[in-house]
Amino acid sequence: MTRAHDVLLVGGGGAGLRAAIAIAESNPRLDIAVVSKVYPMRSHTVSAEGGAAGVIGRDDSLDEHAYDTISGGDWLSDQDAVEAFVKEAPEELLRLEHWGCPWSRERDGRIAVRAFGGMKKMRTWYAADKTGFHMLHTLFQTTLKYASIARYDEWFVTKLLVDDGRVQGAVAIELMSGRIEAIPAKAVILCTGGCGRVFPFTTNANIKNGDGMALAFRAGAPLKDMEFVQYHPTGLPFTGILITEAARSEGGYLLNKDGYRYLQDYDLGKPEPRPVLRSMELGPRDRLSQAFVKEQEKGRTLEGPYGPYVNLDLRHLGEKVINTKLPFVRELSLKYQNIDPVKEMIPVRPVVHYMMGGVHTDLNGATPLPGLYAAGEVACVSINGSNRLGSNSLPELLVFGARAGRAAADYASRQKDPGPAVLLQGVDEKRRLEHELLHRTDGRERVAPLRTEMQKTMEASAGIYRSGPALAQATDKLRQLRERLRAVALADHSRTFNTELTAALELSFMFDVAEAIAHSALNRQESRGAHQRTDFPARDDARFLAHSLVHRGADGSCRVEYLPVTITRWPPGERVYGR
Amino acid sequence: MKDKPVYSEFHPRWYRPRMSTYWWVKRWSHLAFILRELSSLFIVWLVVYLLLMVRAVFGTNRYQEFLEWSAKPVILVVNFVSLAFVLFHAITWFNLAPKAMVVRLGGKRVPASWIAASNYLAWAVVSALIAVLLLGA
Amino acid sequence: MPETVTLQVTRYRPEIDAEPVFQEYQVPLHADWVVLDALNYIKDNVDGTLSYRWSCRMGICGSCGMTVNGEPKLTCATFLVDSAPGPIRVEPLGNFPVLRDLVIEMGDFMRKLPRVKPWIVRTDEKPLAEGEYRQTPEQMDEYKQFSMCINCMLCYAACPVYGLEPEFLGPAAIALAQRYNLDSRDGGAKERREVLSAHDGIWGCTFVGECTRVCPKNVDPAGAIQRYKLTAALEELKGFLMPWRAR
Repeated sequence: MTRAHDVLLVGGGGAGLRAAIAIAESNPRLDIAVVSKVYPMRSHTVSAEGGAAGVIGRDDSLDEHAYDTISGGDWLSDQDAVEAFVKEAPEELLRLEHWGCPWSRERDGRIAVRAFGGMKKMRTWYAADKTGFHMLHTLFQTTLKYASIARYDEWFVTKLLVDDGRVQGAVAIELMSGRIEAIPAKAVILCTGGCGRVFPFTTNANIKNGDGMALAFRAGAPLKDMEFVQYHPTGLPFTGILITEAARSEGGYLLNKDGYRYLQDYDLGKPEPRPVLRSMELGPRDRLSQAFVKEQEKGRTLEGPYGPYVNLDLRHLGEKVINTKLPFVRELSLKYQNIDPVKEMIPVRPVVHYMMGGVHTDLNGATPLPGLYAAGEVACVSINGSNRLGSNSLPELLVFGARAGRAAADYASRQKDPGPAVLLQGVDEKRRLEHELLHRTDGRERVAPLRTEMQKTMEASAGIYRSGPALAQATDKLRQLRERLRAVALADHSRTFNTELTAALELSFMFDVAEAIAHSALNRQESRGAHQRTDFPARDDARFLAHSLVHRGADGSCRVEYLPVTITRWPPGERVYGR
Repeated sequence: MKDKPVYSEFHPRWYRPRMSTYWWVKRWSHLAFILRELSSLFIVWLVVYLLLMVRAVFGTNRYQEFLEWSAKPVILVVNFVSLAFVLFHAITWFNLAPKAMVVRLGGKRVPASWIAASNYLAWAVVSALIAVLLLGA
Repeated sequence: MPETVTLQVTRYRPEIDAEPVFQEYQVPLHADWVVLDALNYIKDNVDGTLSYRWSCRMGICGSCGMTVNGEPKLTCATFLVDSAPGPIRVEPLGNFPVLRDLVIEMGDFMRKLPRVKPWIVRTDEKPLAEGEYRQTPEQMDEYKQFSMCINCMLCYAACPVYGLEPEFLGPAAIALAQRYNLDSRDGGAKERREVLSAHDGIWGCTFVGECTRVCPKNVDPAGAIQRYKLTAALEELKGFLMPWRAR
């Protein structure tokens, strides 16, 4: 059964749990609800491997971390947000250490840091190569301390409740029983993560469908920078399982079919035997993924049963280093590719990994819609700009989760209780879901084939390299597919744990997100970071040093406008790696 | 027990599997576990047997009677089986002992095989001492 | 290698079924498919009504635990070819109430976990400005193994004690308690002792050892429990011989 709460968090991953703790600590009298469609320890934060960046070295400085982040984002990052982020990141990581997170250590017991892609100094904290796992479990176990945090485990949010111009809760399905109810709240924080499953080939789990982005979009909040989709250079072919960037920061090489370290041909520096920061394999992810596509066009990648790939060579690191620093990489390669990285090279290719874009928020996680906040991958503040540096998203969860939590707590403490109108909206939504999906038997379409077609469309038109005509075609195709979505009928009419119903709802969320991506990409006529247009290959600061904001029209159409980037101390320059 | 399906709206009936009384026969590791636990009964028997022997020592003619009684086929079989179980008990105990004891020497963890080995060694030493006592006199 | 393999999958729909039944499906047999790929194939192409949990498909989220040919396994890490030629029996995880098809109800574990206080307990908190609590790699080795638990529940499914006595705290909960007890930054061992030393705590365990055998992450919960038995017994003895220490 549901009841009203002060703050409702949608999503129980790193950002959601950190926000919940922040609210509980800033105002113990507030009643918090964490509503997640999976048990919190299943949230996708758990699969993050490499590390979390925070300045602690004596020879390192906040300004350098900021500069690396801003240049890594090709100057699309809001610099005031980046400055706040780099300042609070080390504190948050330290706070997590106090809560028990098992960060890897130096011999003398101090926190250890490692190198990571795009960073000039070593500042990435890590917990072996299961950083996200340890962070999530530490956060989850710490939330168990607070009596004011109530959890709705395996409740699927279908709609945000908006009344009187502000967000006042959400409607959710209890998966176990099929009960559909409104959960009123004075503020809602979206922490639902990214949308990798919009693409066919991704490191992301099944649950990453852009739920929160679609929920906000439908409620009237704009989405920002949706065209910037990050491809991680090293995922396993077929499964798409992530092989962490740490493998490269410890010294791995990327080799094409001739055994050649091909990145040297793409203005990323000269090959050295040991890793050089911000050079070669430690370059930024967008450039490495783009280099792969270029190699493929030249015919220098290898062909496998699942498409082209290159080799990640870790053999020269030796068994001891691999077992201490990269044990999970070894485990994954052995298990899923039958390859021991100590003796053989791992086949890898770029896979969709992270969404730089998301719900538009300010530095405190507030969206333009009163009462609605967002933090984590679902949000776009933006600190990552047009390309995220590895090890920046885990501290992002903590910094902005905490900020959004505090801001929402403050807002909620000044609000009246939600009125009865929201409960009525809940009943409407329940009727809609039952009528359109649960009880319907006369549809022509099925969920799985539509999903596959959408994913194929996105991969073909909104992949690493894009062009105007392909994107225009994609927007048309998506519109057609969306029409077909309205004719979907389910085979499963059960109320109990109906995963076909959730798949249909997730597909509908993904369609909203896919259209936002395609429209934003079509409108941005330049190449910057992860968004590369073959018809506009250069960066165009004059017209496009701005964020794309997508608004949803009443008829479901997308309207794109632009918001200038906040520049404080770092005027746009050239992105230089390896020199 | 065959029930009809019972489903009240929003309260689906969970199916609760029942564990069979013979759950331990279905898997070798479970059977070995039950036998291991059962071996304690045979240890009780051997303690009782030892007490009977002690009582027989302090009586006239009793010891001779005791030996004749021990030579009966039933008692012999019971004692052989008991010996087998006691050995099984000792071996499983020694092999599992390292799980409970984490010993560190000079900062490094002592491998489990060493801890098990030290138990076997102690057993051998004690057996040797007893042999010397009994046979040497 | 044959082209297809048969899967016998448990179906349970509370609205229709009085108890679980088996349904057979033919799925393609590919060398790199895991049982989860087969289930997804069934759901997407053959029978959309099959319900099961899954998420990361890389063995780290712990969602996809099921019983495959009688053994508790992560279906994302169990290759079809290892069980071929089949038929491969896929059932829900044992010892838990079955909610629907292959989905079990794990509320019991979620209620037991907070009882062991799985968080850092300290009387004196160090301010952030003073930096991290120093912890050497050796100190981390003490508890590192027990911190690897992904809460997949395979150990509960394998534990006969949990099957016979559902109040038993269980392997994962006790291993997590030990993870904190042995963490050099924690001071909460005393607070956890009451819950752990209860009748349905560690003393419920008879060291069958199945939990450690099935654990996909080598957490060794059986080892955690036996170690704690020794610790708890010693603490009881000390408390008996030297009662003034307790005050």
